[in-house]
This record gives sequence, structure tokens and C-alpha cells, in this order.
Amino acid sequence: MSAQSSPILPALPEEAAAWLKHQANLIRLSAMTMTNHANLGHTGGDLSSSDLLCTVYLGGILRVDPQQPTWPQRDRFLMSKGHCSGAFYSVLSARGYFPRRQLGTFMDPLSMLNGHPDRNKLPGVEANTGPLGHGLPIAVGCALAARMRQEDWRTFVLTGDGELQEGSNWEAAMTAQHYGLDNLVVIVDRNRIQQGDFTEKTIRMDPLAEKWRAFGFAVEEMDGHDHAALLQRLRQLPFEAGKPSCLIANTTKGKGVSFAENKPAWHHGVPTLEQLEQAREELGVAREEMAGMEVAPWQV
Amino acid sequence: MAGVAMDLKAEALAGAKRYDCRDAYAQTLEQLAEQDGRVCVVVNDSVSSTKSKGFQAKFPERFVNVGIAEQNMVGVGAGLANGGMLPYVCGASCFLTGRATEQVKVDLGYSKWNVKLCGMSSGVAYGELGPTHHSIEDLAWTRIIPNLSVVVPADPVETAWAMRHSLTHDGPMFLRISRMPVPRLYPDDFPFEFGKASCVVVGDDVTIIANGVMVERAVLAAGLLGARGISARVLNMSTVSPIDKDAIVQAAQQTRGVVTVEEALRNGGLGGAVAEVLAEHHPAPMRMLGFPGVFAPTGSAEFLLDHFHLNAEGIARAALELLGEAR
Repeated sequence: MSAQSSPILPALPEEAAAWLKHQANLIRLSAMTMTNHANLGHTGGDLSSSDLLCTVYLGGILRVDPQQPTWPQRDRFLMSKGHCSGAFYSVLSARGYFPRRQLGTFMDPLSMLNGHPDRNKLPGVEANTGPLGHGLPIAVGCALAARMRQEDWRTFVLTGDGELQEGSNWEAAMTAQHYGLDNLVVIVDRNRIQQGDFTEKTIRMDPLAEKWRAFGFAVEEMDGHDHAALLQRLRQLPFEAGKPSCLIANTTKGKGVSFAENKPAWHHGVPTLEQLEQAREELGVAREEMAGMEVAPWQV
Repeated sequence: MAGVAMDLKAEALAGAKRYDCRDAYAQTLEQLAEQDGRVCVVVNDSVSSTKSKGFQAKFPERFVNVGIAEQNMVGVGAGLANGGMLPYVCGASCFLTGRATEQVKVDLGYSKWNVKLCGMSSGVAYGELGPTHHSIEDLAWTRIIPNLSVVVPADPVETAWAMRHSLTHDGPMFLRISRMPVPRLYPDDFPFEFGKASCVVVGDDVTIIANGVMVERAVLAAGLLGARGISARVLNMSTVSPIDKDAIVQAAQQTRGVVTVEEALRNGGLGGAVAEVLAEHHPAPMRMLGFPGVFAPTGSAEFLLDHFHLNAEGIARAALELLGEAR
């Protein structure tokens, strides 16, 4: 069998980018709606990572089949920044892993949609994440497994930037370079804000690209909101044969919604109904496009 | 409790040949790797202390050394399991369990990845190296994690069985493997059952529940008690999680009290697990032997076990006190 490619991605590059941009805005509004519903969530990181998630899942980068979520030959995607579950669940639903109406149960009692992802509850989740610094070691294990089994599937992991303060990431980075895991791609959502403040004010991360290079990765820095460029680059992996790849995606926390952009307070800010409506307008999403979520304020 | 009961005699253990259970672990692991291509090993620079040289030489493509990085090694294990392999993640128990506790909880227990954690040189095997290298907290830390099975084999035969069982056991396991030499207690064909205590000495006055390296000492204690006309039952509770509730309740019903003894802190480990069962299902007089809540001094493993009365005399004395027959 083979993986399903994303069914609606337009073939022309400019059209694909425009389509992905709009899909990402749908994800953004979906995540904010879920956060409003649960009165909990991580708006800032949901919004900074939406373009990356959309490019990977809906741009045909990942070789997966939502109808067979445990297909052994699938590419693995590990959402190490598991707190951004609003965006992650929204993109999984958009890719076809489960119906959109389920998003309306976000953090409800006994919901499959925990505050942080649970692989035993939700199809498409590869690892239970939430505490930071878990995704990359697991991703390294996945990449080693593919190597041992002589299979060609690849492993992607999305980390936050503040998350890289956890030492386990650098333990895993050393293993990845030592074993030359060029079937592994680390994407860093470099939005420069962590829970309490800007990363550089909290504990300096720069020069981040040099750190990854020193740890043996082939590193590229890109605009994490440029779908066309991301698509083009992620279609040509690895960045360098024999080395794990690291894409540092420069992003804006709270991207796309004026009141949340680049504001540490929106790390886990919860939008009001009025703010949701403002966000919908700024993101260029029509009310009808939210049909099926079955949560206020988009209920029909 | 397993159907087959043995009735070991203390005299039979005198002068018996002694074995390092790591050898049975390593030999069995290599056999498993030959029969199952999913079996792989992850170590933290602990190639020789986990006796992994043979595996590394025979299956280099299935051997991963992550260096001194325990959080990473447990996560790597979870990823290997995700990718269809069956990883044995091996390192000194003190570091494997202590340094990677959150990974053991989240990546293994909560995620239910089929990873086998092999904590080597547990207890006070590294006695002289001091409390940093003692691993007497590991039973308490691991047994409370949901989905994680915990097995503490008593001799090389049971170690080999536990390894063979781990191959088909679907779910994460913690295997606590000592390096303290112990005699062979079981015949090769003993029908061990996962989650079931095995009776190694038959008796009906008092029950001694032990596991790991303490089973031998419990058998010797039963010998001392026998000389005073007291018939002690010795249960090897090698599976600590899930605990064999039936065997514990039966012991409390059929004998006058229960003494637990473990090469671990007496809080939270085997004694704690037995006490939880008795408190809820059949309250009974009990003594819990293990390391008291202190950091142990330096000394050989043998010295430390004797120092804390975790020997035949200490166990027998606790049983006599329990029965009100101490003099």
C-alpha cells in the first residue's frame, strides 16, 4: 500500500502556498476556538506553529495514511511541544484522522482530546508529550528503528525554542549526530517567547543555529510563515547526506492575530468571544468555514 | 501463587556455587535476539557493567550506545518501540530509574511503549561507592507507575525466565538485576508465572516474603526458625507490580504474621506493596525489613546487609518478635 497524499493541495506552487496559508488560518481560528471553549490552552504557540504544521501535514511532506494511522511505513511526526495541542489536533483533524466536531470536546471531561496529546486515545499521535524535552529523544529512537529495519520512512519532530532549555534535547542531538541520522528532521518553532518572558531575557538561546551546527546537524534558518519556501525546502531532505537536519523556523508568537502577536502574556492567553470574532476577521475566515465545530460562537 | 511449591532446605544452600545474575541476563538476551529480529539494546556507556559486549559483537546493528545520557536513553527506547523494535534499555539501576524518572513515567508507563528497562547492579551492589550509587529507592519509584510491570528475579534461573517472559509480555517492564552472587534456587524447568509469587519453603507458622538477593537469606532464616520448632513459609514475590494479592492474603490467613524483606528502602517497595494489600483485605501482624529511611554508609554489599540486619539472623529475629517468641 502507499500513503495518501493530501487530497486538495493545488499543484501550482503559488496556489499551493495560498491554499496552505488559508488552511493555516483555519487551524489558527480552530485552536483559538478550542481554547475559548476549554478556557485553557496555549494560543501564542498554536498561532506560531500553525504554518509549520499545515505545511508538513497538508502540504504532502509527511507520508502518512489517516485511514491506517499505525501503518508501519508511515513517516513519524512527533509534536514535542505538546502544549500546542489546539493547533496539533486541528491539523490532525484537517488531515483526516478524526472528525472536526471532535475538536469541540477539547479538554472536556473524558474527552479524547486531553490538554496534551495521548497516543492511546487519539489516532495520529505518535507519542505522549507535554513535559518538554521528550520529543527529540523519542524521534531519535524512531530514526534508529528505521535504520535498523532498513526502511525508508522518516522522522520529523517539532520543538519549541524555550523547550530547548531542557538538557535531554542536547543528549538526543549528540546521539543523532553520532549515528548520522539523516532520516531525522528537527523543526524548531523559534518564536522567541516562552511562558514567562522572551527567551533571550529568560535564558539566552542565541546563537541557536551555531549550537545545532556544533552538535553536528545540517542547519537552515527560514521564515516559518513562508509556505512556498518551506514546501520547497522540506521536499528536499535531508539538508545534507549523513547528517540530521535542523530547520530553525523563525516565527512570530501569536502570528496572524494583532492583539496576540509577540506578546508573552498570550503564551496561554484565552480569547473572549469578542476577541474570537476579531481574530476571525483578521485571519480572513468566513463563519461558514467553521461549520462542524459545533462550539460557540460558530454553532449553526 | 504458582501451583508448584518447593521446600528448600537451608543446609542445601551451604557452600553452593554462586552466580552473577547479569550473566543469565546477557546470555538469555543474546538468545532472544537470535530468535527475534526486533530485539535491540540501548546502553548508557555501560557496555561492560551491563555485560553487553557479547550482544554488541554479535548484533552491532541492533546495539545503541547513547553515552552517559539516561533521559535520552529511555526516550530512545520509546522511539525504537514506536518504530517496531523491541528495545532492552540497560544501565545501572540508580541512574536509569532516578535520572530518567519522568521519561519512565511518561514515555513508558503513560505511553505504554513496549520497552524493557533493565536496572543492573540494583540495591547496594555498589556498596562501597556510597549512597549516590545505591539503588534502594528504585522499587518505590517504579512500582507506583501505572502500566509498568516490575520484576525482581532471585537467581539465575528466574532471571533467564524473566527475560524470556519479557519477549512476549506486551507492555513496559522494569527488570531489577543484581550483581551480588547468589546460589541457584530453582530447577531449570520451574514453572514461573508472571504476577504470581512462588513458594520456596513450605510452612504455616509465619510467612517471610522476599525477592531478589534476599530470597536466599529468607531461606536461611527459615532454617534458623525451623531449629526452634517454628515453621516458616518463604514466598518469593519476584513480581512487585502487579502484586500477587491472593498469595499475600492466603499467607495472612494461613500463618500468624508476615515479615517482608527486601534489598531496598522499606518504605514504598515490596513491604509497602504487601502492607497495602493486607491493610485493605486482611489486616495481619507484620514486620517490614529493608533499609530504614537513611542514606546507608559505605561498605561492601554483604557488610551493609548485615549492618542493617538484613540477614538470616535479622529476619529470624523479626519473625520471632512478630510471633511473640523472641528471647
